[in-house]
Amino acid sequence: MNLPRFAPEDDPGPDFAALLLRRSPGPVQAVPTGPATGVDVRHGTTVVALRFADGVVMAGDRRATEGHSIAHRTMEKVFPADRYSAVAIAGAAGPAVEMVRLFQTQLEHYEKVEGVVLSLEGKANQLSQMVRSHFPMALQGLAVVPLFAGYDLQRGTGRIFNYDVTGGHYEETEHSATGSGGRDARTTIKLGYRPGLARDEAVELAIQALYEAADEDSATGGPDLVRGIYPLVATVTADGFTPVPEDEVATRFASLIERRRAEGRQP
Amino acid sequence: MTMPFYVAPEQVMKDRAEYAQKGIARGRSLVATTYDGGVLFVADNPSRSLHKISEIYDRIAFAGVGKYNEFDQLRVSGVRHADTKGFTFSREDVDARSLANLYAQYLGQVFTHEMKPLEVEILVAELGTATRPTQLFHIAYEGTITDEDHVAVLGGETAAIVEALEASWREDWGLADALRASVAALAGPDRTLGPGDLEVAVLAEGNGRRAFRRLADDELDALLG
Repeated sequence: MNLPRFAPEDDPGPDFAALLLRRSPGPVQAVPTGPATGVDVRHGTTVVALRFADGVVMAGDRRATEGHSIAHRTMEKVFPADRYSAVAIAGAAGPAVEMVRLFQTQLEHYEKVEGVVLSLEGKANQLSQMVRSHFPMALQGLAVVPLFAGYDLQRGTGRIFNYDVTGGHYEETEHSATGSGGRDARTTIKLGYRPGLARDEAVELAIQALYEAADEDSATGGPDLVRGIYPLVATVTADGFTPVPEDEVATRFASLIERRRAEGRQP
Repeated sequence: MTMPFYVAPEQVMKDRAEYAQKGIARGRSLVATTYDGGVLFVADNPSRSLHKISEIYDRIAFAGVGKYNEFDQLRVSGVRHADTKGFTFSREDVDARSLANLYAQYLGQVFTHEMKPLEVEILVAELGTATRPTQLFHIAYEGTITDEDHVAVLGGETAAIVEALEASWREDWGLADALRASVAALAGPDRTLGPGDLEVAVLAEGNGRRAFRRLADDELDALLG
């Protein structure tokens, strides 16, 4: 690898994707040709995000599926995008994880080259462009639909951005969920949500939402008590991205099940 | 038709070296030293936005003196190289040694082949891990690369600064001691430098994955006390 140098008129600036293209000419990823199979955005997964008093909570299940079989039980779908934002993914695992990696590198690259951090809105826009450039693959059935949330340092509040397969992004004021179990998760959150939730209440609600989604959707993994695998939960506040400790998540799932048993209903 | 004059190569090189040295000596100096928590960088730089010290990668920092636009271009190239390498391979495959070699090659090439040499002197530092030592690579305008052990001084008139800093350097000194000695060495006997005249940053453990951190004015005040 040589030292990357560009003529001023060809300089990629702080854009990492443009830099990659200049460094390795030709398509980074070959787009398969053939008739479009139609877009199925309901890929197996459930990821949720909701706002609370100090920021946002984001959570996602751990299951990856291949058709009707389970491909992976410990898949991570919630990632720190940078210090003050998080990204969760639904869709085809390979391209989705690659997109997250590119997104993380892009945010850090911009920060280092320019010497300042992108605004939260700017980060959301960057992700939009990545989803949009992935659209040809989505038409072949390999859709990636992320969920982006972060703490806006300028406004002093948590914000959530929802995406569609074409790269459109829409800000949600309260909560959002995506993936095949997204609908069930959304309904659960809707029932328990109010503005200004405390951190513990918000984490509890996210956990309930994932529990209900896993109950209804075969492609969403619930708490795996046998293997000790639990969904990933994280908060983003003025203190930055903080994963919720696995013990706490495990305890919350255990007490959720316990509570329901005590009430005399099926967990 | 005009005939080109013959100039001896020795003379060409000498002129170029003189030109670059003059350019570098016009600017202010910068020091880097190891301390018990990592690597400390102190620059005599009153600007709050035109940085001489910056982050390249998780455990790698860059410092430059001389012409700002020239070393800043080198810095951006370094960030691009490191990010591309980390993305293509893995984060742990990005190391200061290969980057320092690339810089040295480039500076050497410009010095011998271009009309004007780059008027810069740069430093690439890497915070060590359990398996890799902490390293300071000092690269001069003509591409000479030196692997400094614990102290590096960049700039025009460095002999006095090196001497002062080497005299006070200890392997296990803390951040406050290292900072005070560095500032005193930079200032020399006739000047005093306050937080407003300094740009200070560290590569240190405890900052998470990205070890680079700038020290704010209030923190400097407290440390310089």
